[in-house]
Amino acid sequence: MKLIFEKSVPGRGMSLLPPCDVDLVAMPAGLERETMPQLPEMSETDISRHYTELNQHVHGVNCGFYPLGSCTMKYNPRIDEEMAALPGFTQIHPLAPADATEGCREVLDTAKRYLCEVSGMDDMTFQPAAGAHGEFTGVLLIKQYHDARGDKKRTKIIVPDSAHGTNPATAAMCGFEVVNIASAPNGCVDLEALKAALGDDTAGLMLTNPNTVGIFDENILEITRLVHEAGGLCYYDGANLNAVMGVVRPGDMGFDCIHMNLHKTFATPHGGGGPGAGAVGCKAFLAEYLPKSALMDGPGRLQVRGFAGNFLVVVKALTYIMTLGREGIPEAARNAVLNANYLMRKIQGTFEPAFDRICMHEFVLDLSGFKKETGVSALDVAKSLIDYGMHPPTMYFPLIVHEALMLEPTETESRETLDWAAEVFRQLYELAHKDPEFMHNAPHNAQIGRPDEVRAARNPVLRWQKS
Amino acid sequence: MGSYVPSTPAERQEMLKAIGLSDYRELYRDVPESMYLDHPLDVPAGMSELEVSRAVSAMAAKNKVFSTILRGAGAYDHYIPSIVKYIPAKEEFLTAYTPYQAEMSQGILQSIFEYQTMICELTGMDVSNASVYDGATAAAEAAAMCRDRKRKVTLVSAAAHPDVINTIRTYCYGAGEELRIVPAKDGKTDLDALKEMLTPDVASFYVQQPNFNGLFEDAEALGEAVHAAGAMYVMGCNPIALAIMKTPRDCGADVAVGEGQPLGMPIGYGGPYLGFMVTTTKHMRKLPGRIVGETVDSKGERAYVLSLQAREQHIRREKASSNICSNEALCALTAGLYMATMGPQGMADAARQSMAKAHYLADALCAIPGIALKYPGEYFDEFVVEMPKADEALKALEEAGILGGLPVEGGVLWCATEKASREALDRAAAIVKEVCAG
Repeated sequence: MKLIFEKSVPGRGMSLLPPCDVDLVAMPAGLERETMPQLPEMSETDISRHYTELNQHVHGVNCGFYPLGSCTMKYNPRIDEEMAALPGFTQIHPLAPADATEGCREVLDTAKRYLCEVSGMDDMTFQPAAGAHGEFTGVLLIKQYHDARGDKKRTKIIVPDSAHGTNPATAAMCGFEVVNIASAPNGCVDLEALKAALGDDTAGLMLTNPNTVGIFDENILEITRLVHEAGGLCYYDGANLNAVMGVVRPGDMGFDCIHMNLHKTFATPHGGGGPGAGAVGCKAFLAEYLPKSALMDGPGRLQVRGFAGNFLVVVKALTYIMTLGREGIPEAARNAVLNANYLMRKIQGTFEPAFDRICMHEFVLDLSGFKKETGVSALDVAKSLIDYGMHPPTMYFPLIVHEALMLEPTETESRETLDWAAEVFRQLYELAHKDPEFMHNAPHNAQIGRPDEVRAARNPVLRWQKS
Repeated sequence: MGSYVPSTPAERQEMLKAIGLSDYRELYRDVPESMYLDHPLDVPAGMSELEVSRAVSAMAAKNKVFSTILRGAGAYDHYIPSIVKYIPAKEEFLTAYTPYQAEMSQGILQSIFEYQTMICELTGMDVSNASVYDGATAAAEAAAMCRDRKRKVTLVSAAAHPDVINTIRTYCYGAGEELRIVPAKDGKTDLDALKEMLTPDVASFYVQQPNFNGLFEDAEALGEAVHAAGAMYVMGCNPIALAIMKTPRDCGADVAVGEGQPLGMPIGYGGPYLGFMVTTTKHMRKLPGRIVGETVDSKGERAYVLSLQAREQHIRREKASSNICSNEALCALTAGLYMATMGPQGMADAARQSMAKAHYLADALCAIPGIALKYPGEYFDEFVVEMPKADEALKALEEAGILGGLPVEGGVLWCATEKASREALDRAAAIVKEVCAG
């Protein structure tokens, strides 16, 4: 595809603004820009065709199956978009007076009430813009709590080795030392390892449950009890909340604070990498540490982003929650879990799950035996799926499973799709035994062949230059 | 009840049976009985699409949509061309994940590569990331990337946006590092005070251009002082102003950041917006966030990938410079689309008109007895006036469908963009005059 700059023609443009109806003012001397930025010069047809071409080179949830584990690629309802595009939301200034923004506050208050109920928390902020941003916010609650008590010795955050990389990175950003603990053979928290790591220097534990191998940790009450007993707090990474919403609540598991990915669990679109929203909830005793905007709410609190967060994303999530309601929320969770188990059992017999037991909303395949046998790697299988129009699962995560492929079908896929996906996996399993070379070179019919990532890193070309 | 689950109750039973179960409860056998919810959530019953549309629209109707917005302070009401609203709503762009699988995501990757190029052009800098959450987090991430083992203190101008200052403060608190505020004089950063505060432990200084009071800072002089002390210079810039304003590169910035909302995003009660973040080649590998790079595929054809990932959390875990693992991709696409749609002339026109309208409004307001500019400096599209009966005047404007300036310490901060017609500005000034005369 040509870049937009390669399509630019000097002198092209559109008629967008009227002539200025007041006198122009010169930029003060010494402050003028010296040369114009080289931005594209395009007609509206050029723009429309260019972005349509780009759009045709994107695989969205609307295009087909997207079982990207831990990302909850469920269908994103159109009505949610329509509601978030209402001028009564899009044209509201964040600093407009209170009597002009009643509706926005009703959205935030209502979303807070429902999400506190779902999570078992008492209070909430919508300031964080993403999951990792929510983690940062949540761990800052823990930090402030210990600081306010003058408990300066609590310098460590415990993270299981199955955790997403953002967990240790977050703890480090908050000034904590990270204590990684090994998982038990069943993929859950090793209670002995946890006990050994706990002490009067423990600030808290970061955990996701169901965990990153898709298993609900049955010892969860014991885990949170042990952390509390040591004087630490428990942070719930809500990445996997879709499995349990309306069925069991993190607050009832003993967690003190939580982030929820509204762009996963509550069906707001991922937008190719954002904007998301990472609502952070907490128990009442932490509420005084929730972030606030200095300009909207006055000084005195910390804040993690400008204004009130990704408000329009919250509108989408609220529309979704109101649509599902009290019955629809657990129904979605149960069917996410059912779909995952159904797909896992359908695939089993070819590729094998890392843990042969009932899973939650996702499961991990361990391809290490298969690779030894055929020479075909998890990467090769993932790339081969692209030729079938299926987005590959999450690869090589979690780190505790070798040659991992993590599949999360979500509740919005039909049985036909799951049957088809299992059939594709079966075909690839057979192909790997017959023609491994073909799979090493996959994909064969995609937008591009495998890209040379090493070259991209060694010789960085990070912008277009006029040749 | 609304539902997006395609399978019918009969199909679900068959699927349960196929995996050897008879009941959903068996799927949750690992969940201890004591915490398994035995009652429905305290959330209203689900709704049909029509009902939910009515209910959410009713909330929107409780907000007041102003026909003229003369308030900025970090959220700017610029004109958004029709096509800029339409294209990002396409379902593929909207619903895709982060482009981990380059073979299925060339459209998103290329849109980000184009965005990175345009942000480099706009700022004059060398390397842009794929965007971060917003302008405030961009500034906070910039402060973090400037720290090293010897230099840990962050300086921030008191004339920056309060939310930006507070966000940098928060990130510094997290890292356990110190933030010091450089005072303002006549509404601008006090250069002499800055010079005194530039001790050898200072890592960086952040200034906003134009600043929170709308004033142009003496950005080059500030940069020279910062560099003379061996620290890094971070500028937070208004991207519309940059179409006609001296670039951060020409002012000596090491890192440039800013709130990208004016590039085609609605004010939307504060978000989603995007933070842009650019640096020089020298500091490229310290830049946090996603970055898209060009490479070739197995056939030797040009292709795009997420690049320089060795900096990031999924590789480095607790040693990563930031935990960020997403960007605001759809907002970056929107910003690139906006810049391409406006073109260099259109962006410059929007900037000149905004500046002209703000000056016209300032002149009209200052012609009213008792109203005067609070600060002597030159300004872009925002300015602070001291005015009597400010609350009353703003209320009267509100009733006439005009959102007036923002009350700030010692005055009112006004903003005008190319969207405000002369007629609307005259009307606003007349209403203020009437209140002040009464």
